[in-house]
Amino acid sequence: MEILRNLPLFPESASTFARDVDALYFFGLFIAAFFSLLIAVLVVVFAVKFKRRSENDYGIPEKTSLPLEITWSVIPLIIVLGLFFWGVKVFVILYRPPADAVEYFAVGKQWMWKFQHPEGNREINDLHVPVGVPIKLTMTSEDVIHSFFVPAFRVKADVLPARYTTVWFEATKPGKYHLFCAEFCGAEHSRMGGSVYVMEPHDYEAWLAGEEPGKSLLASGEELFTDLACHTCHTGDTGGRGPLLTNLTGSEALLADGRTQERDDLYLRESILDPAAKIVAGYQPLMPSFQGQINEEQLLALIRYVKQLNQTAPGEGVQTAAQSSAAAADEG
Amino acid sequence: MSNAKSKERPEGYPDRHYLNAAHGLKSWFLTTDHKRIGLLYLLAITLFFFLGGAFAVLIRLELATPGGDLVQPETYNRLFTMHGIVMIFFFLIPSIPAVLGNFLLPLMIGAKDVAFPRLNLASWYVYMAGGIFTLWALFEGGLNTGWTFYTPLSTVYSNTAVTTAGIGIFITGFSSILTGMNFIVTIHRMRAPGLTWFRLPLFVWSQYATSLIQILGTPVLAITVLLLALERTLKLGIFDPALGGDPVLFQHLFWFYSHPAVYIMILPAMGVISELIATFSRKRVFGYRFVAFASVAIAILGFLVWGHHLFVSGQSVYAGAVFSVLSMLVAIPSAVKVFNWTATLYKGAVSWETPMLYALGFIGLFTIGGLTGVMLATMGIDIHVHDTYFIVAHFHYIMVGGAIMGYLGGLHYWWPKIAGRLYPVFLSKFAAIIIFVGFNLTFFPQFILGYLGMPRRYHSYPDEFQVLNVMSSAGATILGIGYLIPMLYFAWSMFYGKRCTQNPWGAKGLEWETASPPPTLNFDEIPTVTEEPYDYTPKEVQHAG
Repeated sequence: MEILRNLPLFPESASTFARDVDALYFFGLFIAAFFSLLIAVLVVVFAVKFKRRSENDYGIPEKTSLPLEITWSVIPLIIVLGLFFWGVKVFVILYRPPADAVEYFAVGKQWMWKFQHPEGNREINDLHVPVGVPIKLTMTSEDVIHSFFVPAFRVKADVLPARYTTVWFEATKPGKYHLFCAEFCGAEHSRMGGSVYVMEPHDYEAWLAGEEPGKSLLASGEELFTDLACHTCHTGDTGGRGPLLTNLTGSEALLADGRTQERDDLYLRESILDPAAKIVAGYQPLMPSFQGQINEEQLLALIRYVKQLNQTAPGEGVQTAAQSSAAAADEG
Repeated sequence: MSNAKSKERPEGYPDRHYLNAAHGLKSWFLTTDHKRIGLLYLLAITLFFFLGGAFAVLIRLELATPGGDLVQPETYNRLFTMHGIVMIFFFLIPSIPAVLGNFLLPLMIGAKDVAFPRLNLASWYVYMAGGIFTLWALFEGGLNTGWTFYTPLSTVYSNTAVTTAGIGIFITGFSSILTGMNFIVTIHRMRAPGLTWFRLPLFVWSQYATSLIQILGTPVLAITVLLLALERTLKLGIFDPALGGDPVLFQHLFWFYSHPAVYIMILPAMGVISELIATFSRKRVFGYRFVAFASVAIAILGFLVWGHHLFVSGQSVYAGAVFSVLSMLVAIPSAVKVFNWTATLYKGAVSWETPMLYALGFIGLFTIGGLTGVMLATMGIDIHVHDTYFIVAHFHYIMVGGAIMGYLGGLHYWWPKIAGRLYPVFLSKFAAIIIFVGFNLTFFPQFILGYLGMPRRYHSYPDEFQVLNVMSSAGATILGIGYLIPMLYFAWSMFYGKRCTQNPWGAKGLEWETASPPPTLNFDEIPTVTEEPYDYTPKEVQHAG
């Protein structure tokens, strides 16, 4: 009995998405169990019923039946196509974060997770989130490929170097849940993780207030913008050495070679680290590379900051930036 | 023991056969006889199997407790990496094609040997050369990238013997290509008179489909491993984003070979099962042509599904959907095979000999492996179970429950042909049951662990996963014993087993129409084929019907 109590058969379900995955999983499990049992029973029954009685027994050969072959091809086909469509439907839910999702950031490195809240709070390996709020994580890696995995939420997404990927969830139940790295990433792979703490909103507020607040992402971005002297070339009053950082969100740049390029997170990242790669039409490749002077977290802050500069639709600010990074993820 | 018995010669037992045709090490290491080459492979892959198995034992011992207390994390990573590399490239891929295929293909089509006997011997040396590099990598301390070699971990962050092992895999790949090419030419050009394509045993069909994958897919693996080595040594920017490369490109290239590689392992096993089901039901395989074409369909579709390994790797949802639906289609020819095998049993004359136990076990385990594969191809399910123990359980149901059961079933079936001797009946049935039970106890709990969320390649894990892990480790112990027993009685039987008659199972097929063990040139007279395969019905009944 003691053993049975320690024998979990099904994981906790603590996000809106978990329900969708579980429903699909149970259907898949039902199909798998049904056909496995069907085949097993038929095999055993035939093996017993038609057991060879004497050395001179032989089987009674039957002509191949075309209707039978078609039947047992078409029925599985219909079932797997059903699973396929349902599977895509569930996958798309995870692929398209709701517009009102709050953006958090995650950076993976051997062997820890670094998280940043929109309010500026930072955490390592643990992540505190409020219940009932859709949260979108924008993630990147400093080194190898990692994978963000919270079984209780049924969400998983690889975290890649030099790419931004996203994952979103809305927790439904306060509690403490495992956070794992699911992509093998080296020696301490199995220790790269911690817990996701889902809290009631007022507990979450209290937790935020009790922590070292840190600078908000936009404030960090603004500070970097000044410290790295981005403003000397990229603001309106400096003779236009670099493109103006206006209306970046959701717009396209015309490049010197005639191509157009969506100004997504990845393009902005590249323009900071390798400015000569894609020069905007009408400009000279004057900008130095900031490779080595800025880490992944600072890059994220800087990108978020410049994307909300001089946005013509006022009041959307960070929220629009969040949507555009969804578009960036789509690109990936 | 039964020395007197082992010397008894049944009527018609050959005085001269391929085993005693020549003596001395030279006669073995320079042989061009496909049967002897098959035995050379048998010896080599058995050594690699027990090496890979030893790694598995250590892995399961470590996982018996949640803490990482038996070996260091780094050691553990090397253990599962070497387990994967050895088992896949040096045991599973060559297992049925290089051992049973080599031995049987010419016999089954009424040929004296394969089309290129010397190339056949060369392929064994190429295999061994690759194996030596891989063993060398082991002595260099092994490697810690997983058998999947994902970049940039493998190219930038691992300072282990990645390049050495890569060279080993690169070289071994050529042995696979050579064998595949040899088989294709042999099947096209060397069939006995009257042996039309639709009179071929289904094992030959499946070998043909497998050979196609081997010659079309393996070069891509060679290129991929080569690029990996070049990036490691010359800092070529192909996969490393810091050098302008794309790490996901590696995953595409790797799986372009390594997914079809799964079919290199399972298709020959399916071929074996078709033979076993027919022989031990004394009945023509139901839907022969459908089963034959299903092999070809699986080989072709197998090249179009690699992206299902990348659903959560940042691949676009549209690409994911295409790979998902194509992966689903593989289920159809697989299901066709399972249904036709099951239908063959109906009104058969089923005997429960040892090989048949493996065949019946295969049908059940492959069905579970295949259906959980369909679940994994479902994108919404894969999000959660990707890179967890669910996937570990799934591919072991295919590779161990499928491919190894098929291999062992085949070995038990054709052993009298290979050795001209029998093995202990009761002990072999006992071992088959032990293996079936041990296998399920090892891997079934891993499905549950996976859905609970235990990631694969974890050296330590949260406490609540322990009970299921202990079940799995206990099962692995039983499975390990199960594998030792056949090795022991086969080794014994080779020298001391009771000599058998030419066709102890009363089986159809050209391989049984020559002596057991066969003469060096297989047939004293090349047979002419006049009947359908698996024609078990006595002639007088056929005429009456």
